[in-house]
Amino acid sequence: MIKTDILIIGAGPTGLFAVFEAGLLKLKCHLIDALPQQGGQCSELYPKKPIYDIPAYPEILAGDLTHKLMEQCKQFEPGFTLGERAETIDKQEDGTFIVTTNKGTKHQAPVVAIAGGLGSFEPRKPLIHNIADFEDKGVEYMIKEPEFYRDKKVVIAGGGDSALDWSIFLSDIASSVTLIHRRNEFRGHLDSVEKVQELKTAGKINLITPAEVVGILGDKKLKGIVVKQAEHIEKEFELECDHFIPLFGLSPKLGPIANWGLEIEKNAIKVNNALDYQTNIPGIYAIGDVNTYPGKLKLILCGFHEATLMCQSAYQIINPGKRFVLKYTTVSGVNGFDGTRKEAPKAVVKKIE
Amino acid sequence: MEQDINIKITDRDGVTHAIVAPTDMAMNLMEVVRSYELAPEGTIGICGGMAMCASCQCYVLSNTELPEMQDDEEAMLSEAFDVKENSRLGCQIQMTPAMEGLEVELAPES
Repeated sequence: MIKTDILIIGAGPTGLFAVFEAGLLKLKCHLIDALPQQGGQCSELYPKKPIYDIPAYPEILAGDLTHKLMEQCKQFEPGFTLGERAETIDKQEDGTFIVTTNKGTKHQAPVVAIAGGLGSFEPRKPLIHNIADFEDKGVEYMIKEPEFYRDKKVVIAGGGDSALDWSIFLSDIASSVTLIHRRNEFRGHLDSVEKVQELKTAGKINLITPAEVVGILGDKKLKGIVVKQAEHIEKEFELECDHFIPLFGLSPKLGPIANWGLEIEKNAIKVNNALDYQTNIPGIYAIGDVNTYPGKLKLILCGFHEATLMCQSAYQIINPGKRFVLKYTTVSGVNGFDGTRKEAPKAVVKKIE
Repeated sequence: MEQDINIKITDRDGVTHAIVAPTDMAMNLMEVVRSYELAPEGTIGICGGMAMCASCQCYVLSNTELPEMQDDEEAMLSEAFDVKENSRLGCQIQMTPAMEGLEVELAPES
């Protein structure tokens, strides 16, 4: 059991800034995120794209913003459960909550802050009529353990970075790698595209374009796929394989959080914006893009504000009746849980002669 | 002076809405759909308009002359589902006076 003061669901910008604000109040945080890295959408969807409306940053890349938020909160030693999706929440008799992930990891905290953005990122599944019958029986939507594919015949479908990068990576592990894409053009980093070209020329990747996988063959277990190729004349053929990995990107879904008994409106969680961004369940807050209230704007800067107010309210729940007033970091400095201290340099007092 | 334009949008339930869109607010079709709440929040414009998610895919029904498709839109549509000959991404269609009379149907949510 992982125990903490504030359990944050979602390690995007809002969740990461909440760690800093909580730290100033001597509250410890642990974050759960379905993605394998911090940053949420900023690192998953557009790490190389600029953002222009972060106060005091005329321009900052989404990936750099994530790095800076990590740097800013690191002395408060946040814990992370990454690559796991928060699945269930159970209120305990002592008022705390236990949140369990899809992999069974349990977390306990008196306060839960949902900073889940648009939801957890789920793989987009191609519309092949019988694909559901073969999930985990040869069809996988993400690659968790590359060794799983050793000496296997693998077919990857998709035209983006993950399709390219995994084709390259598995070409050394699998007995054969076939990459299928609807167009001849791929959208990815130039060096990935060039590397696939090189491996194709060397006969290490079998490229089928423009083509689409339209059917799956097998009985209980995948044995092959049906490919429809559209170059010159349209033709359909079967291709034997052990694994079919469609990589068509991820799309966010509110997911299990929708079943936590929270008031939901417009695919978002209703909160009390007049006070502290608490939901209809006391002790559970929702901050950032995942919440809604009259006049809501889904902006990172609004998430920062909401995170700050949430922490002040959480302090009251965790330390009932304990007095505290807001302090400016310039005055009080920042005392890390790791023993570090940041403070403003003392003014020089010296006589001028 | 900038003018408003009249366009028709058929939502995912098959209902057609005749709406007025401003041309002076740098809005695109996806944003017009959101401003009129013709699709639930969180089901359209997920990436914010970067041609990176295809949640604003629509089928163009009128023969309005549209801005030429850029590489990123073409690449995204090549990976999207339910794509037809007349598919476009709403976020890549800016509301300009030339879009007067545009008629589109929203593609299913995927």
